[in-house]
Amino acid sequence: MGLARVEAEWEALMRQATAGDAAAYRRLLASLTPALRALVRRNCVRIGLDSGEAEDVVQETLLAIHLKRDTWEPERPIGPWIMTIARNKLVDARRRRGKAVIAPIDDFADLLTAGGADDDTDRLDLDRMIARLGDRDQSLVRALAIEGRSVRETAAALNMSEGAVRVALHRAIKRLAAFLRGGSS
Amino acid sequence: MKTGALIDLLVADLEPSRLRFRARLRLELACGGILAALILLMAIRLRPDLGAQLASPRLWFKFAATLTLSAASLGLVLRLATPGANAKPWLGALFLAPLILGLGVLAEALATPASSWAGRLVGHYAPYCVTLIPLLSAAPLACLLHALRQGAPADGGLAGAVAGLLAGGVSATLYALHCTDDSPFFVAAWYSLAIAIVTLVGYMGGRRWLRW
Repeated sequence: MGLARVEAEWEALMRQATAGDAAAYRRLLASLTPALRALVRRNCVRIGLDSGEAEDVVQETLLAIHLKRDTWEPERPIGPWIMTIARNKLVDARRRRGKAVIAPIDDFADLLTAGGADDDTDRLDLDRMIARLGDRDQSLVRALAIEGRSVRETAAALNMSEGAVRVALHRAIKRLAAFLRGGSS
Repeated sequence: MKTGALIDLLVADLEPSRLRFRARLRLELACGGILAALILLMAIRLRPDLGAQLASPRLWFKFAATLTLSAASLGLVLRLATPGANAKPWLGALFLAPLILGLGVLAEALATPASSWAGRLVGHYAPYCVTLIPLLSAAPLACLLHALRQGAPADGGLAGAVAGLLAGGVSATLYALHCTDDSPFFVAAWYSLAIAIVTLVGYMGGRRWLRW
């Protein structure tokens, strides 16, 4: 499948997601992740990061794509937008390892040449950050992500309203992203 | 956590369409600008001879310089905070305001005797200009930095500095409705200094608050 077609598909999915279509959003993230993984792995090696760290950068990029999705303009190509976010997260990762300037990152056309196989290991970075959340937020995140429960089931299990679960989840995701970039909020 | 589990988490957090980032920034800028305009009208007041001065090219020169700066820095800050957007043309547009300023200074130098230049440069109310423009810019700058936290600038300090230019441009436009020092010499010296102060504040705010 060519770049233009994949991009057009991602753009259509993102537009549906913006309208609140969760299934489209899941398809978008699932389709995006292998391409992102391939790009990040290749660049991790090139800029002197351990390739084992690639999946952490992939996760950070997915978090950023999620939190910053309002900056994508529906009439603009989504490829450069994703690429720039991934590049920023690579730069951050490299800076955190105390390394200075980054080599230029491959252009987006390369993104589709080799899909990255799924990295099935649990990533410690994110787990460490989840451990820094409060008890309630930890159980909420674990229920939704690791146990695969729905918002409704999680709300019932934690004795909260669905609205409260959503608010707490959004706040927890923002805090996770802040922890990951080395902030303290 | 596995990446698949993270995706579950993000999908659970999906909310239907909110305000897009660019629309939000424009809206917040409008709010900050209206607040600054109200402060100008109520606490600082318009110049009494504003009506009579509307025919003066010097007054329009001031607006041309400050509005050009505002428009160019708005275009630039929106693109700096949008991943993948091309900011370069807007970076070039940013030089239009100094160009207009330079042309105004040149015209003034040709139109007035050299003996009057010092007086025109010093003006009457320079200290007010350098304090009131930064004060007026507080609301627009705060609104812009708040809106930019939703954005994704690669360099927070740079985006904050351009937000400072924009807030400075907006408040200088408003202050020009009050200020009776109309010489381009005065504008080039004191308005620029005032806007530079706001830009510095924006830079520091951006470095502090615009990481993501």
